[in-house]
Amino acid sequence: MSDLIISGVEAGYGHVRVLHGINLKVSDKPVALMGRNGMGKTTLAQAIMGINATTAGTITYGDVTLTGLTPTKIAQAGIGYVPQGRRVFPSLTVDEHLRILEKRTSKWTAKKVYELFPRLAERKKNGGAMLSGGEQQMLAIGRALMTDPTLLLMDEPSEGLAPAIVEHLGNSLRDLVAQGQRVLLIEQNLKFASTLCDEIVILSNGEIQATVSSKELRASAELQNKYLGVA
Amino acid sequence: MTQFIFTFLNGLTLAGLYFLVASGLTLIFGLMRVINLAHGAFYLLAGYVSWTIADKTDNWFYGAVAGALTLGVFGTLVYVLLLRKFQYEELRVALITLGVSLVLAQAMLAIFGGDYYQTNSPESVSFSVPIPGLGLSYPFFRIFVLILAIIVAVGLWVFISKTRYGAIIRAGVDDTTMVSALGINVQAVFIWIFFLGSVLVGFAGSVGGTTNSFGMGTDGDYLLFSLQVVIIGGLGSIGGVAIGSFLVGVIGQFATGYYPTFAGIITFAMLILILAFRPQGILGKKQ
Repeated sequence: MSDLIISGVEAGYGHVRVLHGINLKVSDKPVALMGRNGMGKTTLAQAIMGINATTAGTITYGDVTLTGLTPTKIAQAGIGYVPQGRRVFPSLTVDEHLRILEKRTSKWTAKKVYELFPRLAERKKNGGAMLSGGEQQMLAIGRALMTDPTLLLMDEPSEGLAPAIVEHLGNSLRDLVAQGQRVLLIEQNLKFASTLCDEIVILSNGEIQATVSSKELRASAELQNKYLGVA
Repeated sequence: MTQFIFTFLNGLTLAGLYFLVASGLTLIFGLMRVINLAHGAFYLLAGYVSWTIADKTDNWFYGAVAGALTLGVFGTLVYVLLLRKFQYEELRVALITLGVSLVLAQAMLAIFGGDYYQTNSPESVSFSVPIPGLGLSYPFFRIFVLILAIIVAVGLWVFISKTRYGAIIRAGVDDTTMVSALGINVQAVFIWIFFLGSVLVGFAGSVGGTTNSFGMGTDGDYLLFSLQVVIIGGLGSIGGVAIGSFLVGVIGQFATGYYPTFAGIITFAMLILILAFRPQGILGKKQ
């Protein structure tokens, strides 16, 4: 299986540099990238997806150099993107979200997504705009899975969801990970992140500050305060 | 009463033509945010192409097919060669298409001269139908245009709202970046949309060149009509184009028939009123 290797990546908006040389490797084990708001987490996700251009450094996935490719090519290289804010299509029904991505050869089918998230099956005919936050998140994940990703890149999937929904989502995702789905999770919710990932990478001020185990981070209020600004 | 009914029928059948013209524009404009200011010139070019072919082959349908396909290919070339690179820069797109429009208009003037042309309607539909109870008759070809517009409207609606490809298009209207981040080749979708939109304006030019005469200046008129229709109806909405065409066609005809001096003012007053209360157009989504 291919590794995602990010080396020396810099990116930003206009003249404002947000990422100052990021180095990160994602292999078999799921990795969570954490950090406070405004530290560059989403910028990094968008740089990986080719939505935001990088100004320096390279991102490779297996043999493929992702830097400079279009989002289409990057998705086709095997990265499934679950964006921040979910970005479901308001004009499409739940079913259409999945059907537009269905291919005869694909491993994931709409049926399998409905098995993973039975709630979506009940809402099949509903429009994307009529779903609750949790349902939208399930749909955004299901939609990304339909591209048969070898790596699932999720940007704050727990954001704005009720704790019970977050837990439910965590369970579904844990099943996926157990089946061998690779994950790069961007999160602010430590509890949710640690249900999926043992390895937590801390991003602060556009740089990787530390790599810690989720157990260690959960046990230490001091580390949490230092890296995440919560205690 | 007779004048009222004739004005209404004229407005309605003109609305059919406007629908054909503007549906292509709304597809391109709505999905791709490409403001094609050469749309009117495309319409006029299709008129000349279909007139030429119909004249040579003595067959109206060959002319219409030639007009539609020529424009489909031509429009796609304009998009791929000139516009694709600057697609998200509205001002550049506007200037490039305006340039294309001017060059086309001058070239057509050079080739076809300043005379006005009108394609003969096919004999099979060139008869008049009686209007019941009035003892008057109305040319069937104009009704035929309305029927064509309805067929195209239903076809487009089914295509966009019921097919997988249509769903991809709607997703593209909602969030182009997200669609491409799912591995869908939005560029290829764009090329097809431009082709389809250009085929539609090509077909419209063939039909409109039969119901109405065309020549120098027709390009500007029809660009204006289709922009009015699309702005009134709302960006990228087929239903909106239908409503917009109906309003611009019928109100335009009544204004021309009853208050000819104020015709232009009346239709633009309508446009301004609608923009004041619903800036996104009647069926448009808030941006």
